[in-house]
Amino acid sequence: MTDNTQYMTSTSTITDASEARAARDHRHDMWFRRTMMGAGMLVLVLLLSIAGSTLWGGSEAFRTFGFGFLTSTQWDVVNGQFGAVVPVFGTLVTSLLALLIAVPVSFGIAIFLTEVAPMWLRMPIASAIELLAGIPSIIYGMWGLFVFGPFMAAHMAPWINDHLGALPLVGALFQGPPLGIGMLTAGIVLAIMITPFITSVMHEVFRSVPTTLKESAYALGNTTWEVVWDIVLPYTRSAVVGGIFLGLGRALGETMAVTFVLGNAHQFSASLLMPSSSIASVIANEFSEAYTDLHRSALIALGFLLFVVTFVVLAAARLMLMRLSRKEGL
Amino acid sequence: MNDHERLYRVRRLKNRIAMALSCGATLFGLLWLVWILITTLINGFKALNLALFTQMTPPPGTEGGLANAFYGSALMSVLALLIGTPIGLAAGIWLAEFARHSKLGNTVRFINDILLSAPSIVLGLFIYTAVILPLNHLTNHQVGFSAFAGALALALLVIPVVVRTTDEMLQLQPSTMREAALALGVPQWKLTLQIVLRAAKAGVVTGVLLALARITGETAPLLFTAFGNQFWSSNLLKPIASVPVVIFQYAMSPFDDWHAIAWAGALVLTLFVLCLSLLSRLILLRNRSH
Repeated sequence: MTDNTQYMTSTSTITDASEARAARDHRHDMWFRRTMMGAGMLVLVLLLSIAGSTLWGGSEAFRTFGFGFLTSTQWDVVNGQFGAVVPVFGTLVTSLLALLIAVPVSFGIAIFLTEVAPMWLRMPIASAIELLAGIPSIIYGMWGLFVFGPFMAAHMAPWINDHLGALPLVGALFQGPPLGIGMLTAGIVLAIMITPFITSVMHEVFRSVPTTLKESAYALGNTTWEVVWDIVLPYTRSAVVGGIFLGLGRALGETMAVTFVLGNAHQFSASLLMPSSSIASVIANEFSEAYTDLHRSALIALGFLLFVVTFVVLAAARLMLMRLSRKEGL
Repeated sequence: MNDHERLYRVRRLKNRIAMALSCGATLFGLLWLVWILITTLINGFKALNLALFTQMTPPPGTEGGLANAFYGSALMSVLALLIGTPIGLAAGIWLAEFARHSKLGNTVRFINDILLSAPSIVLGLFIYTAVILPLNHLTNHQVGFSAFAGALALALLVIPVVVRTTDEMLQLQPSTMREAALALGVPQWKLTLQIVLRAAKAGVVTGVLLALARITGETAPLLFTAFGNQFWSSNLLKPIASVPVVIFQYAMSPFDDWHAIAWAGALVLTLFVLCLSLLSRLILLRNRSH
């Protein structure tokens, strides 16, 4: 009897202790979970507050100019007239030029890396390209300003002027003084910058194509090109487009590489050889020297536009990339 | 039979052209990148000397270096890592351990991927309107552009990189390890911090290194947060110099000796970033071979 009571009391202390410990662990776990979740939610909050604060900062410009902010080509600091058309136009043209050059080149490199190159060469080239993707954009900008700009002015611009400038219809795009800086130069520098990004996405995506698919095609007598064009590309189409959009997102928001070589001119011109401005370059050049509230607000409003556009482009890119990984899951 | 042969020839020709173009594209791509690297190396080494690391940024026409800018960049980068890494780690842990397949988790992952390539200049604008303006107002215009604001802007670049790598690296850890620990009665927080995170250490460190590589070269978000300073400053509430911003100012100036300093700074930045990416690659490779 006594033995039994003793036994009972000792178990009850043990259960008490373990229950207390379980309760403590549970409490700690809950707090741990909440803290981690809070950090995760912070990411969401961050995105919303970036959009919100730039919209708020640009509200004065939006209120003053209304819809005209999006349709006016004027950017006159002295008289306080601000319109977004020229920088938006410059951003779009340089980014599209960059894509025009970077997409075929990246596609070529990605094919080379997955189908053509001998095995021992693939690793080094792929890692070289990935390392180069990490070079700070300001280096590209400096190179553009000091090396490529003068090279453009001395060798390429006169040739472009003479040969392409004389063409009907598109001629006007290529006429202008050989300044060396301008939309074409900025487009080329951007293209060099985004090529590694697009290449590494395409390379990764091409590698995800099941080997059996490719081998079956080869076994039926397809050439390498036919395998790439008829097997690899259709299989990876959405992800390839996603990779291109990712590059576009980079190009749209790129600041330093463009600011150096675009010339920061606020007039509108059709020629690609003329200086222009992009959203990012205008903000970088003028923000710390903006003394009126309206000027600063107009610059923040431009930043808001840039954020919205890149958000849409990058979101589309991610959705398209996700479609391929879903296919892999099947 | 003749038709058949012609078709074969056409297909072979097409293939050869495509393959030649693909090799050409690779050469073309590498050519530009080699050109950029070589110019940076040549111009940088020409201007590299000891004064670069010991003297302050000079007025035009005099000798000088980038000592204050190096210090400012280092200070802000360390601060940005100190702020950004814990937040990024925590969010990454939440995604991998608590919200792996939930809708909310996928949304956060999606948004994080967008932040990863969001234009850095907009982050600068965000810090300006959300931190600098209110702070300026609160302190009666005593505090404006500051090193602290610069570090915050850089921390915003650190967070998505760390979130992504932490999430990926933790997901790679086998679930058997988690189950074994849980079966022994280890509480979740201990399991995550002392077992799963430790197992994924190499990958997580790589993420932090990549984030550091990314912020060392960033110029745009610093232009109107940290601004710049000609002198040595370690006051977090005052403007501070940083290497990329000095390079930007000096390269855009008309002075040759400023250009030389800009090239030297560009060389140091490039080498530092390349070393960091190599280091992070080595860590990953060594870890994978285990």
